[in-house]
Formats: sequence, structure tokens, C-alpha cells
Amino acid sequence: MNTTESFGELPVTPKPPLRRFHQARWDEPIIFELSAPGRRGIAVPEPGAPRVELPDSVSRAQPPKLPEMSQLHVLRHYLRLSQENLGVDLNIDVGQGTCTMKYSPKVNDRFAAAIAELHPLQHEDTVQGVLEIYWRLERMLGEISGMARVSLQPGSGSAAIYANIAMIRAYHAARGEARRDQVITTMFSHPSNAACAKTAGYEVITLMPDAEGLPDIEALRAAVGPRTAALMITNPEDTGIFNPRIREFVDLVHAAGGLACYDQANANGILGITRARDAGFDLCHFNLHKTFSTPHACGGPAAGACGVSEDLAPFLPGPVVAFDGESYRLETPPASIGKVRPFLGVTPNIVRAYAWIMALGAEGLRQVAETAVLNNNYLMHKILQIPGASAPWDRRRVEQVRYSWQELSEQTGVHSEEIGVRAADFGVHYWTSHHPYVVPEPFTLEPTESYSKEDLDEYALILAHVAEEARRDPEFVKGAPYNQTVHKIDMTPLDDPKEWAPTWRAYVRKHLS
Amino acid sequence: MTGAAVVGLVVNPVAGLGGAAGLKGSDGVEVQRAALARGATPRAGERAARAVRTLMARCPGTRVVTAPGPMGEDSARASGVPCGLVRTLSVDRSAGASSGWSAAGTSAEDTRRAVAALAGVDLLLFAGGDGTARDVLDAVRALGGQAPPVLGVPAGVKVYSGCFAVSPAAAGFVAAEFDPARTAEAEVVDLDEDAYRRGLVSPRLYGSLRVPAVRAALSGRKAGSSGVAPATAEGVAREVVARMWPGVRYVLGPGATTRAVGRALGLATTLLGVDVVERAPEGGRGGRLVAADVAETELFGLVSGKESVLVLSVIGGQGFVLGRGNQQVSPRVLDAVLNGGQKDGSGSSERLLVLATQQKLAALKGRPLLADSGDEDLDKKLGGHVQVITGYRESTIYRICAASEEFDG
Repeated sequence: MNTTESFGELPVTPKPPLRRFHQARWDEPIIFELSAPGRRGIAVPEPGAPRVELPDSVSRAQPPKLPEMSQLHVLRHYLRLSQENLGVDLNIDVGQGTCTMKYSPKVNDRFAAAIAELHPLQHEDTVQGVLEIYWRLERMLGEISGMARVSLQPGSGSAAIYANIAMIRAYHAARGEARRDQVITTMFSHPSNAACAKTAGYEVITLMPDAEGLPDIEALRAAVGPRTAALMITNPEDTGIFNPRIREFVDLVHAAGGLACYDQANANGILGITRARDAGFDLCHFNLHKTFSTPHACGGPAAGACGVSEDLAPFLPGPVVAFDGESYRLETPPASIGKVRPFLGVTPNIVRAYAWIMALGAEGLRQVAETAVLNNNYLMHKILQIPGASAPWDRRRVEQVRYSWQELSEQTGVHSEEIGVRAADFGVHYWTSHHPYVVPEPFTLEPTESYSKEDLDEYALILAHVAEEARRDPEFVKGAPYNQTVHKIDMTPLDDPKEWAPTWRAYVRKHLS
Repeated sequence: MTGAAVVGLVVNPVAGLGGAAGLKGSDGVEVQRAALARGATPRAGERAARAVRTLMARCPGTRVVTAPGPMGEDSARASGVPCGLVRTLSVDRSAGASSGWSAAGTSAEDTRRAVAALAGVDLLLFAGGDGTARDVLDAVRALGGQAPPVLGVPAGVKVYSGCFAVSPAAAGFVAAEFDPARTAEAEVVDLDEDAYRRGLVSPRLYGSLRVPAVRAALSGRKAGSSGVAPATAEGVAREVVARMWPGVRYVLGPGATTRAVGRALGLATTLLGVDVVERAPEGGRGGRLVAADVAETELFGLVSGKESVLVLSVIGGQGFVLGRGNQQVSPRVLDAVLNGGQKDGSGSSERLLVLATQQKLAALKGRPLLADSGDEDLDKKLGGHVQVITGYRESTIYRICAASEEFDG
């Protein structure tokens, strides 16, 4: 191998098609380990005024064990960590399929910052502007989904699904039908639907895909009955396949007296094309961080929106914003399930989503969907040219595709997960936690509207290269990554409460004491 | 298959004998004698005849060549097909008339000789289980490149190898559609029956056989169940126990999941046998073991005229719910449980609880669950959708059909 780097020579050598990527590896300690007693970011001068003594009831007996560091060291620490990262602002993030990774315009952060100094307990008269944004975003999402009313309170997609199942439960209880104790979902709907229903006390019936890759409608026919509370379903499902018989699914559930709830967390392929209410759904929800471009924020705070029909509106979480033509005020619906998030919700994300929709307009939203679908089908065309890659079920896809490396894996012994890890040596990745593996050796790509043709070409080229490596030298691929911050992680402690430590305090307790 | 094709037929007449008798297999003369003593009747010949009838209905010109007596000739005659015979047995035994044969008088060596004598056919059908498949494999290896492609007609207790059609009828269909240019390799696996009787499930791979390339109609090799998290089986068991009523008899089929049900009731039920349990009366904890590791006759006595529920798990990779490893649940037992002696079949959906993890169902790739109880009409009545318990308060609704109907060409 030529070890001389050519970067210094003139004229500059053209870049090869595959990046000679190398991730930073700083071997950076945890910030608590960097702490030195007495070190400070700012030397605050003594105040020229008498001290205020706090009452014992609110003052700490022991000072908090915060890291003591200088400003430079804090800055350096976090910049280093940011270099040991992959994410939508750094790489071609189409491998996070089902998560809808798209560009979040930076200007929207400026708008969000503009409301940062509002106090959640301010009187309604003094926050009319923010309430107007809530009201207008609600009307927009109502228009996009066809629903009568929308709550913007939930702090995440799963919180929105939980709010929906809570409304379903309250609706049936109000009609004296509390014995409806089953919720039906599908294998390729987001698992939060099953999880939320179960948390709310429901028995969950999951429909498996039929040989065509669609949820088996005959199974639904056999499943519905007097115990059916609701159908909670994603469409298109996580396979990227749109269920053309969705109206029949809804009608079957309605005929049995159940409600139909549409998981539109990811509505990226259908914006302006089809609406939940038009297919007969009673409830739906959006993840603003998927479809409407607010940051994913790695577990929060995000924002979810619940949309409901006229019949379900009295059960919405409160408060909602009401408008009498002149001013905005907060009110709680008559049969509200209560609050699902303190105050109004995650207001900065409401502002970002509002700004994003306003910048695009109705035509722009439809163009988002059309571009996302075009990008997806272009990428699928490229991926299916890679020997050993396939897209099970020969059907058209909307905004994403669940692919399979089954053939490559059978021929080389290299698993999908290992290919994703090797791809990280080129600065991209994909995730594979699609359990149970209905699609063998799965990977899911979702390009959204944000990526250029060159981005998609580069991503496909990386996967083609790694697949070729797997045929030539499977052990080499299995040994990856080589150019990454972290090489191999032992996953087994994740299943052992004695081992895992989500906080420094827990780490000290479990491993250092 | 063209009209002039020649199909060979070898029947292992003792295959499947031990199933209904609760003996977990039929390997060895002593087990076969014990099975006959417990009232077992040979069924392999009848299942082979079903395959031949289906083949001849589709390809009337096909020539059948077979071994004398119960090793094929009887099945061919039972299906009304004229057949050619090959000479396979040692002189002293072949001297006797076929009517004088006892089924238990044949051995693995007879199967091997029959296969060797039929080396010239276009396709060799054999009826048996995994043990028979191993004998066929041995003979095929001895023949080397001269060996014809083969296809198994499922007739054994354990049919976990990939070389078997999903049902006798499907074997007939596959043979009728067979194109010599399209073959595939299928694995032959078998369990050590002595270890299996002691509760140890350890399939061994013995080799592979060349079979017709029609994936959908072959039953596929049984998938291992080692990957199933114990917590999942416990969740399924908890759900089953929550659905149990006192005073009702629950028939627990073989398998790790059904054994977890026994454990949840505080009972030491068997891994591979069929057990009958009852839940403690209202308010009480645990349950009562009515009978462990029952044979078909005993089971029929226990469920006749008594409200009963079948609790069966799914064979991973194949999808069989009935007819593989649980032949004790015979057609008459099934009828007694599902119809409770009544002919209208009301409430039969609650009388069959099917258990499987989501992973196991996912591995079926959209293929239905299969019933091969030995009575095709009864299997067909079961057809439709069945609730499959996948966890505590978790289930799915899944398609089930008669194995004889799963493949219609």
C-alpha cells in the first residue's frame, strides 16, 4: 500500500469515488473524569451586596457533584465528542430507514430561539403570538390529515400514540363499552403501537404479512369482534409498501364497533397525496421530528401531534388553543384525557415545524413527498443492481424499502449487521434492529427529499463496494470497522441490569465502588 | 413430468408406527413391536397410496416401479395403479407370498436394497420419516452419480428433513410437475431417538439429497428452537394459564413452549410427550397432571365426552401444528376435542390453542400453518384462521390449512 498522502501535491489529485474516510478517535474520558477540584469556567466576583440565605427546605446539604472545568476544556470536550459522531448534518443518513432523516434548516433554530425567553406561566394575553402559532399549526395539520382537531401537546411520537390509545379507551368507556379490550396492529406497523396499547392495558393482536407482503385482510376479518377497541396501523408500512386496501381495513373495524387509528409518524411519502380522514380513520398522529423537520434530538425532547375526528375531539389532551376570531385562549376539552406534557408542549419544535411548513406552502409539501418517493425509487434501482441485494415482495415502494442481503449472506456468511458496520468505514451507516426478522438479513433505506442524486450514488457505491468485499474476503468485512472511533462493542451487558449504567452515578455505584 | 416417465416407489411400512403410541419414533424392532402391542396401525402404505393416486390423476401415463409387498406393491395396488416390480429381497424372504409379510418384518437394509434396485427411475418417491430418509441417503451415496432425484412422502413420526413434501397429496403434485432439469439439494436431519425419548432434542445433519426444485411444496427443514428467549415462552405460558378454565381438560402437545405451560401450573409435564392437565378449581393455584406422556388410545379415553382443549405448538421452519411429532392427537381425538361429541362444531375455535413466538411465525415467510392429522376432511375443516398466542396478552391471527391443500401445483 502506498503510504504517502498525495494531498500536498499540486495540482491536487482528483478524489477517488470512495472517500478515504477516517473518523476522529480522541479516546476522550467521561466529563466527570476530567473534573479537577476548584477549576472554574468563570471566576464570579464577590457581589457588592449582602448574601441572601436560602431557607433550609430548598438548600442542599451537600453541593451537587458537578464536573469542575475551565471553559476551554468544556468546549474541547464537546467538540471532540461531536467529531466522534455520525448524523444527518455530517453524513448521508439514508440508512436510518423508518426514521425519516432530513435536513432541518438552521434558520428555524433562530425562530425557535426567539421564543426561548417566554415563561410557561405567562398570562394568555401576553403570549398571543405563540398561541397563534399553535392555532395555525393545528389548522395546517388538520388540513394535511383531514382531521377536525389536533393536539400539539405530546412530547414525542410514542407519547402521541399513547395519547391516542388513551382517547380510544375514554371514548369506549364513555359509551359504556369498556369491555372492548383488544387492539389490532400489524407486524410492519411501528412497534410503539403495540407497546402503547399494551401499556394502556389492552391485549394486542398482531397481523402477520401475507405472501404479498401486506397485512392479511382475512386475518383481520377473523380478528375483529365485540372485543375490538381499535386498529392501530402504519401505512405505508415499514416495508415502504402502501396498503391499497386500507379503506377496507378501516371499514371492517368500524363494522365491529372499533376505532381506526393511523400511525402517520412518518407521513413523508404521502404529504398532499392522501389523508388519514379520507380513508375513514378516526385518529392519527404525526412525529414533527420526522415529517416536519424538527431535530430528532436523540430521544427528546421531540414533538408529536394527535389528530382526531369530530367525535373524538372532546377527549383530546388539554389544554388546546381556541380562537374566537379576535384572541387566542387556552381551554380544556369537556371529556379530556388530561395533560400528557407540562404546559403547552415542546414549544420550540412547534415553532420549527410551523416555520418549515410556512416556508414550503401546500405545493411545497406535496413536492417534498414527490421528491422523497422519486429519491427512494432511484436508490432502490441502484441497490437492486448490487449482486446479492433484494427487495422481498415484488411491489412498488413509497418512501422507503426494507431490503434483504439474504442471498449475499448465504453465499458469504457475512450478515447484514456486519455490512452496516463496514459501511461506517466510509462515513455512513445503517441500522438493523428490525426484530423479529420477517425480512431475512434486513436493511432499510429511506432517502427523504433532502439528499441529492450524488449523495444517493455515493451511498449505493459504498454498499456495492462492501458487498464485493464480502465476496472477496468475508473475514475482512466481519472484522470491521477499521476507520472508526470505536471498533467493536460487546452488546451483552445491555441485557444485564447489573452491568448497564445510564448515568455517571450509576456507573460509579455499579463498577467503581 | 412427461407421460413416459418412470417413478420408483419405496415404502417403509413401519414408519410412523411409534407416533400414536407415544413412542416418539419407530426406529428398531422392539419399538415397532411395542407400538403394535399398543394398538398402533401401520399408515405409511396408505399415505404412499395417496401420493400415487394424486400423481396418476395428473399424469396418467406415468409408469410406477416398486418393491414387492408392503414396501410399495401394496400401495400401488391400493391406488389402482399397475406397477412393475423389482427384485430386492434376499431369496429366503422373497420366496413367501406378500400376504404372509408382517410390516415389522422389514428393516433399514430392505429400504436400502429397494432404492438400489430402483436406481434407473426418473424420480424416486419414498414414504417414511427422517430415519427412512437416512436409509435412502445411504443407498443414494452408494449409487454415486447414478442415483435418481428423490422425494419424501411424509409418513414418519419425525419428519424434520427438508426432502419431504408437506403432505402425501403434495408429494403427488410435485412428482407430477417434476422437471428433471430443475433439482435442488435438501438436507437430511434426524434425532437420536433414544436421546429424544429421554427429552433431548438434538438434530444431526446427515447429508443432502437431490430433490425436485419446488420450494413451496417441500416442508423445509425444521428450524432449531434454541434462539427462543425463555422469557418469551414464559409469557406465552402465562397467557395460556390465564385462559384456562377449571374443570376443562387441556391436552399439552410436545415442545418447549407447551412444557412451559406445565411449569407455569407447577407441573412436571414432558418435553416430547402429550400430557393432559387441569387447572386448579376457582381461586386455587397451580394445576393437576391428569396423565403424562399418553398414547393415542389413552388420550382418546381422557377427552371423550369431556370438555377439552388442545394446546399445540408450531414446528419451526415447517409450520406443522398437527401430524408431526404429535400423532397421538389422532383424527378421532381431534374430532372428540373440537366437536365435543357434537356435530355442529360450535365453539371449536376456542378448543384449539396454537402457541408460537413471533420469530417462529416470521420464519414461515407468509406460508400458512399446516394440519396433517391423517384425516384430510378433518384437516380441511380446521382450515381458515386460528389465533396463535405469541406472548402474554399478545397474539396473532394466522392462516392454517390442510397440508394436503397447501400445494395445488
